[in-house]
Amino acid sequence: MFSEYSATELGSILAMQGFAGLILFAVFVLMALGLAIIFGQMGVINMAHGEFMILGAYVTYLTSNLFANHFPDLFGSYFFFAMAFAFIATALLGALVEWGMIRFLYHRPLDTLLATWGLSLILQQTYRSLFGAREVGVVIPDWLMGSYRITDFIEIPINGIFVMILAIVVTFIVYLLMFRSSWGRQVRAVVQNRPMAGAVGINTARVDRLTFALGCGIAGVAGSAFTMIGSTGPTSGQLYIVDTFLVVVFGGAASLLGTVASAFTISQSQSALEFFIGGSMAKVLTLMFVVIILMFRPQGLFTLKVRR
Amino acid sequence: MAIQDKTAKAMPAGKRRFGGLLALAASMMLATTVVAKPPTAEVNTTNLAVTDDTVRVGILHSVTGTMAISEAGSVQAEILAIEQINAQGGVLGRKIEYIQEDGASDWPTFAERARKLLRQDRVAAVFGAWTSASRKAVLPVFEQFNGMLYYPTFYEGLEQSPNVIYTGQEATQQILASIDWLAQEKGAKTFYLMGSDYIWPRTSNKIARIHIEEKLGLRVVGEDYFPLGHTNFNSTINRIRLRRPDVIFASVVGGSNVAFYRQLKAAGIDLSRGDITLLTISVTEDEILGIGGENIEGAYASMKYFQSLDNPNNEAFVKAFKERWGENSVIGDVTQAAYLGPWLWKEAVERAGSFDIDKVRAASPGIELTTAPEGYVKVHENHHLWSRARIGRALRNGQFEVVHETADLMEPDPFPAGYQ
Repeated sequence: MFSEYSATELGSILAMQGFAGLILFAVFVLMALGLAIIFGQMGVINMAHGEFMILGAYVTYLTSNLFANHFPDLFGSYFFFAMAFAFIATALLGALVEWGMIRFLYHRPLDTLLATWGLSLILQQTYRSLFGAREVGVVIPDWLMGSYRITDFIEIPINGIFVMILAIVVTFIVYLLMFRSSWGRQVRAVVQNRPMAGAVGINTARVDRLTFALGCGIAGVAGSAFTMIGSTGPTSGQLYIVDTFLVVVFGGAASLLGTVASAFTISQSQSALEFFIGGSMAKVLTLMFVVIILMFRPQGLFTLKVRR
Repeated sequence: MAIQDKTAKAMPAGKRRFGGLLALAASMMLATTVVAKPPTAEVNTTNLAVTDDTVRVGILHSVTGTMAISEAGSVQAEILAIEQINAQGGVLGRKIEYIQEDGASDWPTFAERARKLLRQDRVAAVFGAWTSASRKAVLPVFEQFNGMLYYPTFYEGLEQSPNVIYTGQEATQQILASIDWLAQEKGAKTFYLMGSDYIWPRTSNKIARIHIEEKLGLRVVGEDYFPLGHTNFNSTINRIRLRRPDVIFASVVGGSNVAFYRQLKAAGIDLSRGDITLLTISVTEDEILGIGGENIEGAYASMKYFQSLDNPNNEAFVKAFKERWGENSVIGDVTQAAYLGPWLWKEAVERAGSFDIDKVRAASPGIELTTAPEGYVKVHENHHLWSRARIGRALRNGQFEVVHETADLMEPDPFPAGYQ
């Protein structure tokens, strides 16, 4: 397998593959964080997660058009505005959905599954009616599309570095919100014991709505970033949903640390396997590996210890 | 005839005389202005939805669901062709009315809608189906109820039904000429085959591999497949970097396409600089909309039609298409093939002098179309089209410039001997 390559080539490939795995890891973290917050903290299985991501992508598309037409000088930096807009738009839609639909369905996990799946279909058709069935091309500023050449052989895609930094920043913000703010303390209290949290004066309905909105908002930011590496069309959200659920379930539903660990495991094995045996077989083996682990550890990699 | 009798009976007695007068006057006017058209009883012996003035056909594509992205152009092309035929006086003096059904990207739905079109609407022809899966789903329906399907997509071959006319290319028409061209013009010695993981890319790559290794004596240095919807190509790009093929031969489809070309460019492999030669059999002008011209500039595509083809037929077609569907429309290979469907059917019906499916089928082989946007096409005995193979180079503006076309029409060969 290796005999046909020289030592320097092998070293470079190892480095390149390492980066490829890290980029995939960052993509998985961004995809899964929003879902993990909603699923883990609220017990809601949000099948429309992919469509929230695509809303972020469409907002990015609109923002890029806006900047291209009205502020061409600032086009190079439109991406940062786009991500902010994407967060606001998806968080608002998330709050609306929670208020109009999800809050009637707590304690009925299977019903939320169906309802959010229906919502995903509605959103897809809405995108199709608004933006057309064809994929839209989001123009990425040139500085984000190039690559950074380290040696003759090692080139690191700049958008990959961008996604990595973004994943770190978002994870850090979520960490601060969840574990270092009073709102985060309220969220965790509601997760651990809802009636008691209500009894000590926490407005649980408001906490739920904000949690759901935050999860959706992060999905929007992820979708915005993914316009650099993926397609933006009415059904593009479906491309991400399976991997997202895989990461969250494997990580252990109620644990953010678990989500990060699981994203790392899956992305590294997927990326390495892909290099050696090709995309389709890599997927099969990764899934098999996850299934086997879940057979022995049905609660996922990490679990929250809660007294029931 | 049956339909005429029914209307006469439905009229009240008092009006019947008046109706008769009207009909007399109308027929006198018709006799002087329009060439006599054959009576309905003669051209329709199998109870299809044909009246003295109209003939009904079906359009069956997905306008919702995943495939809507790809099938939208085909629907537009078929409607345009039907409207143009009507403007010229219709088929055998009858205007075409179409019923559009939505396959909803779901194969059982395709079959059920096809059954509805054939049994309930009794259409004289159906233009539709797009993916191989949807074609396979409707095929038994068309064979059972003896319908006629005009199928527009380039596909893997290995099929030939008396009830289908294939207006796109089968695999050899896309692959053989393009690989010969790569070997001769680009001096390619090594190839890397990659595609999405389903029947069309796998069959295509099988043919490509046999042609490369056995007929040309060159080398395949890698073959790779990805699940539909795969969005991370960094590992594969590393693999390609390491194997250093002269040519990447790609048949990635759908959303994966966008991811692949964007990541290729971001990884520092710029096709427009000629870092590597990439030839795709799955990207048309339609797909470039999503990929972005700046990301795929310099790639080659093997198709039979490009919007930029320079001939009077195509000029008229592109103009009409933009007038009907908007200035920003783009027209891909399959859209043009879909446009041929209604015209080929019209020619066959007129040659047969009948709408009857059996007679249309018998009349189909040998039908020529000199007005096709792609140039001249002809229906083969095996229900596929003779057509030229062309290679285009992707430009930044999302169009292709044609860099090569075969001198002769390529014979369709859905069951290529020696390639299976």
